[in-house]
Amino acid sequence: MSALTGLRVIELAREPIALAGKLFGDMGADVILVEPPGGDPSRDYPPFAGDEPGADRSLYWWHYHTSKRGVVIDLDDEAGRDRFLSLIGTADVLLEAEPRRRLGALGLDYEDLARLRPELIHVAVTPYGRDDAKSDLPFTDLTIMAASGPPWSCGYDDHALPPIRGPLQGYQTAAHFAFLSALTALLYRSVSGRGQFIDVSMTAASNVTTEAASYSWLVAQRTVQRQTGRHASVSPSRETQQLCADGRHANTGVPPRQPREFAALYDWLKELGLDAELPEAVFLEMGANWEGPFDLSRIGSDDEITAIFGAGREGLKLIASRVSAQDFFVGCQRAGLAVGVVNAPEEAFEDGHFKARGFQVPVHHEDIDRTIVYPGAPYALTGSPWAISRRAPKLGEHDDEVFGELAP
Amino acid sequence: MPDSESSPAADRPQALSAFRICDFTGQLAGAGATRWLASFGAEVIRIEDPVREGRWDILRGTPPYVDDRRGIDMGGAFNNHNAGKYGITLNLRDERAKDILTSLIEISDVVSENFAKGVLERWGFGYERLKEIKPDIIYVSNCGFGHVGPYSDFKTWGPIVQAVSGLTFTSGLPGLEPAGWGYSYMDHTGAYYMAMAILLALIHRQRTGEGQWVDLACTESALSLHGPALLDWTVNQRPSRRSGRPHANRSFWPPMAPHGIYPCAGDDDWVAIACRDQADWEAFTKVVGEAWCNDPTFASPDSRHANQDPLDVNITAWTAPQGKFDVEQLLRGAGVPVAAVMKPQERIDIDPSTADFGLWPTVHHAKMGDVRVDGQPAHFSETEWRFERGGPCLGEHTADVLTTLLGFSAEDVEALHAEGVV
Repeated sequence: MSALTGLRVIELAREPIALAGKLFGDMGADVILVEPPGGDPSRDYPPFAGDEPGADRSLYWWHYHTSKRGVVIDLDDEAGRDRFLSLIGTADVLLEAEPRRRLGALGLDYEDLARLRPELIHVAVTPYGRDDAKSDLPFTDLTIMAASGPPWSCGYDDHALPPIRGPLQGYQTAAHFAFLSALTALLYRSVSGRGQFIDVSMTAASNVTTEAASYSWLVAQRTVQRQTGRHASVSPSRETQQLCADGRHANTGVPPRQPREFAALYDWLKELGLDAELPEAVFLEMGANWEGPFDLSRIGSDDEITAIFGAGREGLKLIASRVSAQDFFVGCQRAGLAVGVVNAPEEAFEDGHFKARGFQVPVHHEDIDRTIVYPGAPYALTGSPWAISRRAPKLGEHDDEVFGELAP
Repeated sequence: MPDSESSPAADRPQALSAFRICDFTGQLAGAGATRWLASFGAEVIRIEDPVREGRWDILRGTPPYVDDRRGIDMGGAFNNHNAGKYGITLNLRDERAKDILTSLIEISDVVSENFAKGVLERWGFGYERLKEIKPDIIYVSNCGFGHVGPYSDFKTWGPIVQAVSGLTFTSGLPGLEPAGWGYSYMDHTGAYYMAMAILLALIHRQRTGEGQWVDLACTESALSLHGPALLDWTVNQRPSRRSGRPHANRSFWPPMAPHGIYPCAGDDDWVAIACRDQADWEAFTKVVGEAWCNDPTFASPDSRHANQDPLDVNITAWTAPQGKFDVEQLLRGAGVPVAAVMKPQERIDIDPSTADFGLWPTVHHAKMGDVRVDGQPAHFSETEWRFERGGPCLGEHTADVLTTLLGFSAEDVEALHAEGVV
């Protein structure tokens, strides 16, 4: 049994909440995905298995709808609404991202549902919240993020280049808060017996997911400026992204600042036979043998400390120019430095660390008699197993099963 | 627990008031998780080292600052991430402090931390010991690579997590180095996953009576955010690292064009525009009304998607002389998805939506005074969130917690303080 086994979640299919439903399903909840006749548009999103568009071939659909059963209900039809209400009569959570006034107009908003099912937790996700008319405006993940902060902080030193949006993360951030909210309300319900209505704003979710951009303004009325590959900052900071010998990049993080770090770096340079090529090597050796505290606040004023700190940076750059980004990452980490290789997603996926943790999860698709490897759990709950219990549903695949269960 | 400042919602029930968290988290990746719990009434007791003045959390004394004052209690980010929590100091080098911690764990539901692997164990409080102290304890560790696996001893912070997990790579333009994330997106998001894990484990315990250990690896949470790209790899063997990619402001799943961020008149002003379908395109071109709108190259969704470079050149020429809010207004009127790229001041102080939502509550910090912080992006009809206080000053609640919860007298606490135990 997993943490959410036995709980029933009704998800009205819409892109921004697809991940929230998956988070429920993969932790054991019985998620029933309700689609309109004809299906949710994201069934037809690329990429497709074998690059062949077609029903049930969308990898986008496969990913976001694991561990769910699928039914078709036409909410615009009275019989459909009755069927939906019978389903709600069995539900613990309703997840929806319908246009703001749609459920109210159909007589299916929280007040209507709670009368039937007081313990229902209804999570509504809209662009600006249920009370803001701006939620009626058309949107995409891109416009949600632009309106709420992340792109302002992301991009390049060259501000002639546009701010950058991390793809899909606006919707995913909203989904994270939808799931967090529902779990919180479930814990309250176990004490009070009562459900509630939860109004999640997508733009608010990204607004509070911008770190220093928000609190620099809230606290000190200062504005951060975007920089290549590193934190946007009120004052410019040194670059931290380094091109390595194989054409890939690494994030060099914080350069060495302690004697043991200078020592490890110096040893590594010698091991690679590069110490002779680094004019500053003598300062690295000096840093390695430094006695007492290495006072970083004296960088710039104390010549020795400045030279040693600079030698650390130069030493890292030299090594990076001669080894692969992966070797640079592992070597730096062995030297105690928090450095990261800039992986493409598939490179991370194939890395032995994630494989060893069981992140590659095989799921059998019995319909095509093929086993597909999926990305695994975002967390390892040692007592409540995360699992993909089934592949994404075909349109109406579980109509008979689910509606059969409802029959008196 | 001790104080409860009166606030408009102070009489409302709180969803998580039944739970006590013995909290070692810090920075944002950990502190962000228990912040959610505190805002719903969980009693989060943050434990810090009096000898190092809590400096393990580098945000404690670092900018931004509310005024000219500096010091270990004056960090604006720390206040933001720790609003609503209690703060105590324990010098765990001393056996008496370990006894106090043991008593606190006995009456806690969760022990949370985001240290490097092994730190809590070295202090004598590994999971096995925690279970001896309280058999149904929930222990949630959050570190970059987790506590299991070849890289578990490696160190990370947000940008390193983002680099290794692919998030830095996917945020960029073709032919250029990665732009990455201009902040620790994965400290925020790792914290959300940590909060989910804590809540899931609490639900599990309610239903079974069993506690558990959660081994959260921020890099793994991050990698799970690339779903369709990873299936494109495992099913089609198509890598994300390929010519023409990433192109982060464009939309491939589903294909949309135009779909980008375009320059406007003004100081670093930009506008995001997306046409989801032919109807959006027709509405868009009606507003633009230039000759290129009728270019057959851009006539269908497929041809627009295939010709986005020339399309974007035309759109850039149209947006560049206009104000971003003017473009926003024009396209909004036509029903096209559009949004000005908002600067911090614009989204916090000018756009009425965030204030109307109550997104920037003011908390009272014992030294900084009243400071605005991030709120929560959801409203609850029964158990609305609230922040009862600002982030704790170092040891601010040591005496309260020790006397109220653990049976010490005020004199005991003074003596322990004098002897460097708390």
